[in-house]
Amino acid sequence: MELFELSAHELHAKIEKKEVSVSDIVKSVIDRINKVEKRISSFLLVNLDEAINRAREIDDQIADGREITLLTGIPVMIKDNMCTRGMLTTCASKILMNYIPPYSATVVEKVLQAGAIPIGKANMDEFAMGSSTENSAYKKTRNPWELNSVPGGSSGGSAACIAAQESILALGSDTGGSIRQPASFCGVVGLKPTYGRVSRYGLIAFASSLDQIGPITKDVTDSAIMMNFIAGHDKKDSTSVDVPVPDYRKSLINDVKGLKIAVVKELIGKGIDEKVKKCVLDAVATLKRLGAHVEEISMPSLEYGVPTYYLVATAEASSNLERYDGVKYGLRSGSAEDLLSMYYNTRREGFGPEVKRRIMLGTYALSAGYYDAYYLKAQKVRTLIKNEFDRAFSKFDAIISPTSPTVAFKIGEKVNDPLSMYLSDIATIPVNLAGIPAISIPCGFVDNLPVGLQIMGKAFAEEMLFRVAFTFEQNTEWHKKRPAL
Amino acid sequence: MSGNYEVVIGLEVHAQLLTESKIFCDCSTKFGAAPNTNICPVCTGQPGVLPVLNKKVVDFAIKTGLALNAKIAERSVFARKNYFYPDLPKNYQVSQYDLPIATKGFLDIVSEGTVKKIGITRVHLEEDAGKLVHRGAAGLRGSTSSSVDFNRTGVPLMEIVSEPDIRSPEDAKTYMEELRKILVYLGVCDGNMEEGSLRCDANISLRPAGQKEFGTKTEVKNMNSFKAVQKALAAEVKRQTQVLDEGGRIVQETRLFDEASGGTISMRSKEEAHDYRYFPEPDLVPIEIDRKWIEDIRKTITELPQEKKLRFMKQFGLSDADAAILTDDKDMADYFEDSVKLLNEPKEISNWLIGDASAYCNENKKNVSDLFPPSGLIEIIRQVKKGTISRKTAKEVFIEANNTGKNVNDIISESGATQISGEEELLLVISEVLAKNPKQVAEYKAGKVQLAAFFVGQVMKATKGRANPEVVNRLLMGGLMQ
Repeated sequence: MELFELSAHELHAKIEKKEVSVSDIVKSVIDRINKVEKRISSFLLVNLDEAINRAREIDDQIADGREITLLTGIPVMIKDNMCTRGMLTTCASKILMNYIPPYSATVVEKVLQAGAIPIGKANMDEFAMGSSTENSAYKKTRNPWELNSVPGGSSGGSAACIAAQESILALGSDTGGSIRQPASFCGVVGLKPTYGRVSRYGLIAFASSLDQIGPITKDVTDSAIMMNFIAGHDKKDSTSVDVPVPDYRKSLINDVKGLKIAVVKELIGKGIDEKVKKCVLDAVATLKRLGAHVEEISMPSLEYGVPTYYLVATAEASSNLERYDGVKYGLRSGSAEDLLSMYYNTRREGFGPEVKRRIMLGTYALSAGYYDAYYLKAQKVRTLIKNEFDRAFSKFDAIISPTSPTVAFKIGEKVNDPLSMYLSDIATIPVNLAGIPAISIPCGFVDNLPVGLQIMGKAFAEEMLFRVAFTFEQNTEWHKKRPAL
Repeated sequence: MSGNYEVVIGLEVHAQLLTESKIFCDCSTKFGAAPNTNICPVCTGQPGVLPVLNKKVVDFAIKTGLALNAKIAERSVFARKNYFYPDLPKNYQVSQYDLPIATKGFLDIVSEGTVKKIGITRVHLEEDAGKLVHRGAAGLRGSTSSSVDFNRTGVPLMEIVSEPDIRSPEDAKTYMEELRKILVYLGVCDGNMEEGSLRCDANISLRPAGQKEFGTKTEVKNMNSFKAVQKALAAEVKRQTQVLDEGGRIVQETRLFDEASGGTISMRSKEEAHDYRYFPEPDLVPIEIDRKWIEDIRKTITELPQEKKLRFMKQFGLSDADAAILTDDKDMADYFEDSVKLLNEPKEISNWLIGDASAYCNENKKNVSDLFPPSGLIEIIRQVKKGTISRKTAKEVFIEANNTGKNVNDIISESGATQISGEEELLLVISEVLAKNPKQVAEYKAGKVQLAAFFVGQVMKATKGRANPEVVNRLLMGGLMQ
């Protein structure tokens, strides 16, 4: 087996035993990138020279007897909406085409501190707005399983690079499913942590009350390891919560006996692809066989998730994206004649169509006379959804559903139908609205494309998600499948 | 002949808070630093940054709310006010909207001899914007280039909004003065209107006397001193009166006070007004203010100007007018009390502070806190009482001591300005004066007693003003009787 094929915990064992050097790992990953990246296009920026230098430095430190962490020497892909000091950060938008941040996101600092090696910046939907990574201003990322299909989005580059084995670990961000849906489409593991579990400082905001950074990995163990490093309170993020961070590896327990798991009727019914549904029901059968108590429940408020989300998220986005005006950084239109035309032309030239659509939606939702009917009402529905989850979690340890109603769709298939694109997030969006954690793990294939199983838990119950996911993984083979590239 | 209108005024006051660091980041709030030196990723609105609330700012707002008899919110929320302008790096201002820190307070002012309650609608917190510097024109329009200085961006501001309870431009000025005094007393704002750390906007309308409904209001901005507040509002009353008298209608708009002409000019009409699209700031959590927090802050509130004035009148037997002047400036009030502790002569100390000390400060553009310590003033007063120096000399000593920083007693002894009170020495001078003026002595003895002043004058002249006038008087009477 090549080194690039291994997981972070497998590589760590080899580094610890001094079987391989970090330079060996980085070299293997770079060879892989050189071989497949032309077909996948998951990188917006490759950081190869620096990665090689850093690998050498770390090897020297290891030779000097410096202690290593579980992340030491492990290549990590960083989604391009996380600020990296001195390294171009574009959010896949033209408006930030030349933006080099003067600071690094807290998560970036944390993984660097732990000795991880940033291998590059991942392609994504512009400002994380989209479900296919087709909204990137720079390139289209392809699904490693089927090159004419999308990798999902918005963390499409992060998920595709893990599936294509161009990186060992990846960081993604999830506002309405942007980690879980691409993880599902690419057959990898993606966790959206509890809102407030991971610092958002340095994550370029799309929708502040929904955004959350999380890991995209080859298996559940790597996901738990990464959370050990990125979770925790950050005094630079007032919305991060000061709850102790457990050692998530301890929740990797191969046992679901007696756990109460709910299947949401509304998320395996209308609009869900029959074959996807079958994979999920097979997964349910597996969990039952392993001793879990599974019940079907109804959560009627979930059908309002998508409209609620498209009011809350766009409203916040319309405000968050006001700072891109050509004054301080990023693109400034060359055709401006005065202040107003500088604003208009910069934003007209700098933002893509989906971003403009959402800015307009959000601006409308917040406008005088419409605020109560749209934004305020959406916040109330959000509370209803949250309450419905609270009720469900008073009886169940976890809730499961398909991550996405379908497997990866074809590139171009939905670009002119935003509504159907929006509806593909029906199962993931309620999780963000409720602020709870959820993980997507591979649970089968439909037409040679991966299907993802979503496991949801109550706030700060990531350990429960890891336990259920790990048990499923240990008793199935889906996570071992890799696309032929 | 103009109609009989009632003036309705409400004031919005912005006070820059005296914190070391900005409201949402660690940058310094120091005024006058080189452009864009007190900045960081947060206050320049870099992508991905988040605000972290400076707790001190909330302390100050609670303190102000309490001093203004307002209700402190149990839960207060920041909101985004969205509008595009280059001095606003995020193109939204983090402010407060429906849940400010304090609401429903009041401030008493004295208007034409009677106390009037002016309602305080709200006290809320927000961040200041940056500063634009234009080349080639005064404003953005027409400038060849414009630059932004973000040093001021994120400096904490407190907005205090009054009810439309003010009924005249004079009362508006009084309200501003009272409010400023309180803010300075609380130590939350330096109260400097010229430097912009205290700013004021006014909403003003007229209505026929007796009518309940408010008339259409205008907003008046750019009033940079107490006098400007009064002048601008008086001008606006005059303008609105004229419009109404001519049968016209007031247009709801923003008007700028023009210092040069003394009038107000239209800036923008309501049609162009922004829809700020306020919504709760999702990057900050609501502020929960519990009873303990409020009580802890309450303990830090020292005596406020009005209480202090009443106490000064009672404790030191000062007149209303004197006590008012002394307590107008907290530094002067403190100086007064420190002095009285050293020497129990409140009236004399008060006279000095209101008279010579104030004159000296005005002339030299100094504050009371810049004067020599109270011990200096007390020494001067003691020496006058002892008769060592005359009042006239004392004034000179006061000025010199403050100008040079020299010790009061050193100045007195070095100058030779010591008063002559020794009877022997003075008797010699008196006999000389009497000997030189036999004609006047004869006239005096014949009954022209007014000449006493002439002899005193001659003695003072001979001693270059150093003779103790009381002693001279007494000795002269004796000498002339002989």
